[in-house]
Amino acid sequence: MWFDARMTSGRRLALVATSALLMTGLAACGDDDSGGDAGGGKTLTVYAASSLTKTFEEIATEFEAQHDGVTVELSFGGSSDLVAQIQEGAPADVFASADTANMDKLTAEDLQAADPENFATNTLEIAVPPDNPAGVASFADLAKDGINVVVCAPEVPCGAATVKVEEATGVDIQPVSEEQSVTDVLAKVTSGEADAGLVYVTDVLAAGEDVQGITFPESSEAVNTYPVVALKDAADADLAQEFVDLVLSDTGQSILEAAGFAPANG
Amino acid sequence: MTRQRPVDLPRWAYVPALVGVAFVLLPLVAIVAKVDWPNFLDLITSEDSQEALALSLRTSVASTVACIVLGVPLALVLARWDFRYLGLLRSLVLLPLVLPPVVGGLALLYTFGRRGLLGESLEALGVQIAFSTIAVVMAQTFVALPFLVVSLEGALRTAGDRYEVAAASLGASPTTVFRRITLPLVMPGLVSGAVLAFARALGEFGATITFAGSLQGRTRTLPLEIYLQRETDPDAAVALALVLLVVAVVVIGFARQGRSSI
Repeated sequence: MWFDARMTSGRRLALVATSALLMTGLAACGDDDSGGDAGGGKTLTVYAASSLTKTFEEIATEFEAQHDGVTVELSFGGSSDLVAQIQEGAPADVFASADTANMDKLTAEDLQAADPENFATNTLEIAVPPDNPAGVASFADLAKDGINVVVCAPEVPCGAATVKVEEATGVDIQPVSEEQSVTDVLAKVTSGEADAGLVYVTDVLAAGEDVQGITFPESSEAVNTYPVVALKDAADADLAQEFVDLVLSDTGQSILEAAGFAPANG
Repeated sequence: MTRQRPVDLPRWAYVPALVGVAFVLLPLVAIVAKVDWPNFLDLITSEDSQEALALSLRTSVASTVACIVLGVPLALVLARWDFRYLGLLRSLVLLPLVLPPVVGGLALLYTFGRRGLLGESLEALGVQIAFSTIAVVMAQTFVALPFLVVSLEGALRTAGDRYEVAAASLGASPTTVFRRITLPLVMPGLVSGAVLAFARALGEFGATITFAGSLQGRTRTLPLEIYLQRETDPDAAVALALVLLVVAVVVIGFARQGRSSI
């Protein structure tokens, strides 16, 4: 944009302030769900954890192919955000969480139509920049001096998993930053800002050549289980349950497996 | 400021104006209503909260100072210098105002990050900005600077240069003119610009989390703490939100006082 010097300062300030507010407003509501019915067909609204973005987009496409006239609307976010939104009455039909703790919050308020079913598990993996500048080779290396390690904050599921592994192994990581989500951790690694970060196996796979993954046996100390459930207030209960069934079916499971998720036992 | 207009306001203006007021105030009321008052003190005096608040105040003061040091000369140049591409320069310098803060954070990362434009040279000098409190101050300064510049430049243009010309013709050096004439004349504009910058720095979130990271006591400012607490302890998040709100109100109130007394 171009500021004309002849404009009065008051008008200019107002204009600039308005645009600034608009922009922050837009940025802030970018992850909002603002959908309605698309045309005459039915819409199924699925709330899913951010780590499921790619896989659930594929599963949704598959679901739409199987159900004529049905549109699947996906809303991704942190599991705790999504639970909070559902508790506040967001019009979700299906909810898939990245951990059982957040699903428990939902069932504690009796918002589910049936018992949640575990459909996948995910474990931690070390992500380093492609050239691995700090020469990280094991989980214990993360506690070494002079290595910039970024982890998730203990308040979020990936951070809780990190703490669990630390406690089980006695390795005390001194992170330079405790991020809000795996995406933030990964971004710090791909930009080369951090020497290493702890993320999920699926994140390393999705990041492709931007990072190098280092698996470590201690990751089995913290296995994250993903449950999915149809919600009691679903507009079409059968349709919601069919989506859950598709996630649990061989088709759904192979999509998840391809992204690096491990099957849930039982 | 205009006090009394001889012409009546159009009647239709009142209803949307009232809706506008309600639109802004209702959410604030909702926050106050949501606060868990019996535990309010415990929630805001936890160690995490205290450290976040202290860090926020410290960094916001530092970035306001940085904004003044860089912004006053910049506003002076933009308002007084006669240069063909000034309009373009102004638009570019004010860009952070319309940029989503996350984009600002990325831009800073690609400039001062370890693998950024200047990062490698800085690293060679042993300076590492990423994940430090300095990074927080830089992110805040980046987003807050235009607020000070816009408000001060407006004040400079409104004040005009008559007195400056007169003083210069009487033999005052440019620095004396600036110190004795220009600065006192635009002081209210400078104060309100500095307050705007401080308030913007206090609320900074996107650029900070992108560029500086989030670590208690070092880079986790109050807005980041609120965002994080929401994950596990929504009550604490609401209580802290109220603290931020109160600080903002106090700052704005202080600024109004400062303006009317000058």
